[in-house]
Amino acid sequence: MVEDVPVDRLASLEATAREIRREVIRMTCAAGGGHPGGSLSATDLLTALVFHELRIDPADPARPDRDRLVLSKGHAAPALYAALALRGYFPRSELATLRQLGSRLQGHVDRRKLPCIEASTGCLGQGIGMAVGMALDARLAGRPSRVYAVLGDGECQAGPTWEALMAGGHYRLGNLVAILDRNGLETDGSTEAIMGIEPIADKFRAFRYHTVEVDGHDFRQILGAFAEARRTTGGPTAIVARTVKGKGVSFMEGQHSWHGKAPSKAEAARALEELGVPPEGTAP
Amino acid sequence: MTADRTKESLRDAYGATLVELGEKDPTMVVLDADLSGSTRTVAFGNKFPDRFFNVGVMEPTMMTIAAGLALGGRTVFASTFAVFAAGQAYNAVRQSIGYNRANVKIVATHGGLLVGGDGGTHQMVEDIGLMRGLPGMTVIVPADAPTTRAAVRAVADADGPAYVRLTRENLPTVTDGAFRLGTAPELRSGSDLTIVAVGALLARALDVADELARVGVSVRVLDFASVKPFDEAALLRAARETGAILVLEEHSVLTGVGALVASTTSESYPVPVRRVGVPDVFGESGEPWALVDRYGMSTERIRDEAWELLRGRGKVQ
Repeated sequence: MVEDVPVDRLASLEATAREIRREVIRMTCAAGGGHPGGSLSATDLLTALVFHELRIDPADPARPDRDRLVLSKGHAAPALYAALALRGYFPRSELATLRQLGSRLQGHVDRRKLPCIEASTGCLGQGIGMAVGMALDARLAGRPSRVYAVLGDGECQAGPTWEALMAGGHYRLGNLVAILDRNGLETDGSTEAIMGIEPIADKFRAFRYHTVEVDGHDFRQILGAFAEARRTTGGPTAIVARTVKGKGVSFMEGQHSWHGKAPSKAEAARALEELGVPPEGTAP
Repeated sequence: MTADRTKESLRDAYGATLVELGEKDPTMVVLDADLSGSTRTVAFGNKFPDRFFNVGVMEPTMMTIAAGLALGGRTVFASTFAVFAAGQAYNAVRQSIGYNRANVKIVATHGGLLVGGDGGTHQMVEDIGLMRGLPGMTVIVPADAPTTRAAVRAVADADGPAYVRLTRENLPTVTDGAFRLGTAPELRSGSDLTIVAVGALLARALDVADELARVGVSVRVLDFASVKPFDEAALLRAARETGAILVLEEHSVLTGVGALVASTTSESYPVPVRRVGVPDVFGESGEPWALVDRYGMSTERIRDEAWELLRGRGKVQ
């Protein structure tokens, strides 16, 4: 399913995603820590959510009928922070404080410090359950809110992920969308070598999810899946987004070693150059 | 010499109070994990089926779903046995409810050895320690049905996460149900010794205090149902005024209220403290009160510990 998206809209989303990727590199480099690999794989999904799909308003961030985004893979925090800052939720200059003492930008997303975060996550297998609770809440209250949970694939080895997915299917939550950032790599290596989760789309289907598989770096496919999810009212939708860990930075792509390691200054400069930032000292 | 008292089910009191709260608050929801008959949440479920979610055997995810429901502004109750609520689900309680400061009230039934026949796997003797160690978690251990009703209402009224530990066994009514968060009611006044009692052992504390009163020993008894926040003023006053404290709890002495009392007094007003509770072991199957006796919480043991403290203070020969 490919959404018919105007070319300038696509270009705008792609430019925003590139900007977010640059910020992920700058933030993790400055912090000397963080999770660039899984942030970069989720960047296009988060860009599509924050800049296109979610009905949210930075001018009225707490409106009750807003859509909710739960980053179940809370370690992709840098990408979500950058997206929310660019969307206008907080000053972009604050991104430089990632992981520092006193910062609102915790190593894993924290709603108590940064109110535009819907749910504090980090320990895996919990965000999807909170998203199920939020979707139930919206349905009970008769609110039109939709709930989007972004999951990691390592997280699909955790039992509670499947408990929560089972509940979403059982309660036929048509307002719930589970998005899997299927980059194939976890901290120690390939998911399929460590503890295989395939056939993952079949598993979602068996748990009563209308399941769509997309290239998680193709905005037309991503937006198409979101549109399909909106049309799916009788139960939840799962979007299996095939992605590349470290996407956009050649030496990070497909390397599990970049799961939880920050780039050095020299590596960050190389990465930024690949992402369209001219090297220092060159004329603009 | 046990006083003749009416016994009542704490779980029934909980179930009835849930219904009462559900009538007052049309947004309140209740979750259970396939034990709704035992926890008595079934009473709420029968009355308000649209606001009741029996999620099956998925205790960690019951807690994460509860948190998600609560973040939208609802008061949420979630119930299962203590071993599942505090043990199986610990990190879900910690992160999704505690760290998120979600307004979820965990009411855990079947705390302690009084579970009886199900044995050590199901006898949760570490939950008070786990839960009082969680930042921002209110912890309540009612001793009887009237306090259960009052405590369930109190945690519903307060914003933020709470853990209420109930006992499977029916317990004698020993309080007037005037429970308030952070206060330790003085059920017996006294000047020679203080017994700090938690939950099911409060009745035994009163029995021993009354027995000692008959031989001229004056024992103060504090009902420590409010474990967190706890009544530090009443505790230190007791230390100052009675000079020795005996703590009774149907919980591990390593991490429970005995540890709390000992550490608090040693920092602020050191007095001899003795802890009567479950030693560093798992329980086993058996008749509930026989287990409590066997694992060191018999009335005789309580009496012996009291005399030991009194002798140490020179109050008796």
